[in-house]
Amino acid sequence: MSTVEAATPAPEVPRPASSSSMSDRARKARKALSNPWASTLAVVIAILWTIPTVGLLVTSFRPELDVRRSGWWTVFGDALAGEGVFSLRNYETALFDGSTNLATYFVNSFVVTLPAVFIPITVALLAAYGFAWIDFKGRDFLFIAVFALQIVPIQITLVPLLTAYVDLGVNGTFWAIWLSHSAFALPLATFLLHNFMKDIPASLVEAARMDGAGHVQVFFRVVLPLLTPALAAFGIFQFLWVWNDLLVALIMGKPDTFPLTVRVAELAGSRGGDWHVLSAGAFISMIVPLIVFLSLQRYFVRGLLAGSVKG
Amino acid sequence: MDWLLHAGDDPGHKFLLMLIGIALFVALMGIILFVVDRPRNPPRWFVGFGFTGAALLLLLLGLVYPAVRTIANSFMNRNSTGFVGLDNYARAFTEPQFLLVLGNTALWVLVAPIVATFAGLAYAYLVDKSRFEAVAKGLVFLPMAISMVGASIIWKFVYEFKPAGVDQTGLLNQFIVWLGGEPQQFLLSRPLNTFLIMVVFIWIQAGFAMTLLSASIKAIPDDIIEAARLDGVSGLGMFWRITIPSIRPALVVVLTTIAMTTLKTFDIVRTMTAGQYGTSIVALEFYDQRFRQGDAGLSAALAVLLFVIVIPVIIYNVRQQRLSEEVR
Amino acid sequence: MTIRMASRRRAAAVAATGASLALILTACADTDDGGGDGGGGGEAAAYEIDCAAYDEFGDLEGKTVSVYTTIVEPEAETQTASYEPFEECTGVTIDYEASREMEAQIATRVQAGNPPDIAILPQPGLLQSLVRDYDAVLPAPEQVEANVDEGWAPEWKEYGTVDGTFYAAPLGSNVKSFVWYSPSMFEEAGYEVPETWDELLDLTATIAESNEGATRPWCAGVESGDASGWPGTDWIEDVVLRTAGPDVYDQWYSHEIPFNDPQIVDAWDAAGEILKNPDYVNGGLGGVDSIATSTWTDAGYPILDGNCWMHRAANFYATQWPEGTEVAPDGDVYAFYLPAETTDERPTLVAGEFIGAFTDRPEVQAFQTYLSSADWANAKAAATPSGGWVSANKGLDPELLATDFDKLSAEILADEATVARFDASDLMPASVGTDTFWNGIIEWFASDKSSEDVTTTIENSWPKN
Repeated sequence: MSTVEAATPAPEVPRPASSSSMSDRARKARKALSNPWASTLAVVIAILWTIPTVGLLVTSFRPELDVRRSGWWTVFGDALAGEGVFSLRNYETALFDGSTNLATYFVNSFVVTLPAVFIPITVALLAAYGFAWIDFKGRDFLFIAVFALQIVPIQITLVPLLTAYVDLGVNGTFWAIWLSHSAFALPLATFLLHNFMKDIPASLVEAARMDGAGHVQVFFRVVLPLLTPALAAFGIFQFLWVWNDLLVALIMGKPDTFPLTVRVAELAGSRGGDWHVLSAGAFISMIVPLIVFLSLQRYFVRGLLAGSVKG
Repeated sequence: MDWLLHAGDDPGHKFLLMLIGIALFVALMGIILFVVDRPRNPPRWFVGFGFTGAALLLLLLGLVYPAVRTIANSFMNRNSTGFVGLDNYARAFTEPQFLLVLGNTALWVLVAPIVATFAGLAYAYLVDKSRFEAVAKGLVFLPMAISMVGASIIWKFVYEFKPAGVDQTGLLNQFIVWLGGEPQQFLLSRPLNTFLIMVVFIWIQAGFAMTLLSASIKAIPDDIIEAARLDGVSGLGMFWRITIPSIRPALVVVLTTIAMTTLKTFDIVRTMTAGQYGTSIVALEFYDQRFRQGDAGLSAALAVLLFVIVIPVIIYNVRQQRLSEEVR
Repeated sequence: MTIRMASRRRAAAVAATGASLALILTACADTDDGGGDGGGGGEAAAYEIDCAAYDEFGDLEGKTVSVYTTIVEPEAETQTASYEPFEECTGVTIDYEASREMEAQIATRVQAGNPPDIAILPQPGLLQSLVRDYDAVLPAPEQVEANVDEGWAPEWKEYGTVDGTFYAAPLGSNVKSFVWYSPSMFEEAGYEVPETWDELLDLTATIAESNEGATRPWCAGVESGDASGWPGTDWIEDVVLRTAGPDVYDQWYSHEIPFNDPQIVDAWDAAGEILKNPDYVNGGLGGVDSIATSTWTDAGYPILDGNCWMHRAANFYATQWPEGTEVAPDGDVYAFYLPAETTDERPTLVAGEFIGAFTDRPEVQAFQTYLSSADWANAKAAATPSGGWVSANKGLDPELLATDFDKLSAEILADEATVARFDASDLMPASVGTDTFWNGIIEWFASDKSSEDVTTTIENSWPKN
């Protein structure tokens, strides 16, 4: 039993807030350790890591011929020399050329993504609890099976799933897309959430069980509050994967459900030569995931911290 | 009924459908939990399947059934109309083209997850002491927000080749030229090209590893660190002797997840080289055989090989799981 | 019903005043459009057709036909615009869906029982696979067959035929035997457009003597995503047609002679005289191996920089030039016919799309009929103001084509002397035509393998049964 737990005042009602005040203290303690060399190195690596993306960003503002003729870094020299090298042409093409309004694709992306994040997380959460804290027959085998299913490539499931949807008459609807994404996300979601749940001290769960709480109460009153931030963390990953998905969207969807990725993929043109437009499209489709990440980033830290008080 | 299925072009209708979809699932889960909670002394299996049933059912239909069908198809001919025994496997193991692919896949699964995890870990450790932590982590995470195809396009710009005497458009070759070297055809030179493509994968996945591992590092109790410091442990010693053992379970999880992703990922190789110049991997070959050549049998055999390659990963995980359970 | 009658009557009135094909064209299509507004096919309705052709299919008002194609924006706009006359005549709505991944996905949809009504198949190989592997495509209705018999040369009908049954009418056509060049560069240097293969080699040698820096007579690139290699197969096929002749070409793709027959190896070597000679390639792009890694869409651009003199590519390369490039006999770039051994022969490599139908409802058959007609070809020409499209349909009025270059393509297709042969890699079994042939091309350039080795590897991959 670790000291962190001892620091948690009342094991009965663990609230994330309690661990947050703890993390304040931890942060202060670490600040003292902070090493200027490490900080500098971290920043340098972060910048190196970002250079390729910056290249694409700069490219997206350059005229087509410039993109083919010279490297993106030359714009900085050219700009200093006073030559106009930036243009919004690629963005204009990506945003406004085409028969369907771009807003439609944004709407579709949201409508596809939100349930495809929410549903598998709900289902996986229950399953993870079952595998972690309920000792039923066949549990270990089933859990390993679920975990191993991560390896099934989505491509092999397309024909059987689509056949089923056609038989049910739901092919080309949002329902088919949500269900597909949910099934594909489950193995990893269950596996990760199970591991977070295992990190919750067994004593907490057992104490509650001793008090006569059923599994449903334990799930809602003990486990879920500790896990909420971890859910936000996995939610972001699932959001990114679904938002960036092209395959499922194309196979299971119809033109009126197509998300942004379909539009972006088309920007390369029928014969695939229009990379300059594609670079603009790529940035347009990145905006939302970035906002989601930046606004929920703090949950990564607090979330998993609370999830692994065990130490 | 049609109203529930098709939203047409109306955005309001679409959002409404979305809310209904979510609400329906919440209600479904609520009903299941309500039923599970009803009996006074429910048998364990009843509660167990109450919690896991929905997931198992969805997996059975969505993944297990297709996987079983794939295994069956791997013993059939190209359009699954006749039994051919082990022919497809024989092809996968004898044709030089596929042997190369198997070798590359082995290389990928041995190198990429370890480097990506280690890069993420090292960065999480570094940044943990940094003043610019939020921004720095955001930048390293950035590639995760880009689709694999998008990321590959970015790196194609980095590796691009132009002959000497013409302006370089690839960053790496520009550096070589600045340093006075001859521009290189990076994606042509084996086996370097496979590693260069792995860099793209690592570039993306390090953000994933960093995020999860950073959280684990922060969860290491301060008194453990303090105690170690009093014992005179510092710098790299702290990293190897305190940090890594403390976050071991999280490391295994991250390593496993990335290994699985490695085996399945084909978009990167497809976009970078389309599997040419000796860079193909099983996942891409599977995709090609299935969707371009229309050979259901051979592609199924390749998919089954992916299942087989992953067995050691599963065994390793189960053992780690047991180990950490014993520690508990 | 009344609306339909009205529009039919209007069309009939037009027919009475117009030419035999009832073609009326508004001024829009005549204006010389340099291609600035990219696509913009809103004028298609300007082209009117004889609606009577679709009477026999009954009342189709309010019906829908789904079409699945690889033709995405911006070309999609001119495609959908060309359907408008049919939609006006019949009241049918065309549900257009395009994806660059269509070739990979059509089989999945077919297997899952969710095919579109009509698919525009970019090559006969895909048609063959859909017929032989999934038995999914329906034979063409008699109206379509009649249209094709009337408007197309028998070879074209043959490409849409699998195992003796005619399934798919051709839609558009591509002419692949072109060499792109800069007319002004040629003029300044005093070079003439070569008219025989030997003249072409002489010109190449002459230009090579004045090579400076990265400049070479030729530039080429075969990279094309996961279809990498195909531009190189076109090169080889064009040379086979010239050095071995159309008869050997037919025996070659139908495997009556092996892939590594000496005549074929000779053709590879003849192509290699240009493409594997470091003095001749790869203008502005690198050495011989850079042909493997250069994107085909950009491979002609060194011409604009003056680093390259000639680039062999199909007619549709006209739309690949960067925005603002003028494609004209006196413009920035233009193309000449890839010469044959003598001026009397005109072997020409062609390709095209085909219309496969998966359902046989009357509205689907009516639309299939429309697409196979000369009316559609003319409507499409009128709906493509910036050019880059042509068809071998004999009913196509060349005057409707937007650019001089498209007219040149149409002229070659219609020329009596032209011996057209379809892209062989599209006719070979998929495991060769879209796999080992492509890979062989890349190995040939990237690893400097000999023609003998490469063709033997490809021959060994030919399906045994």
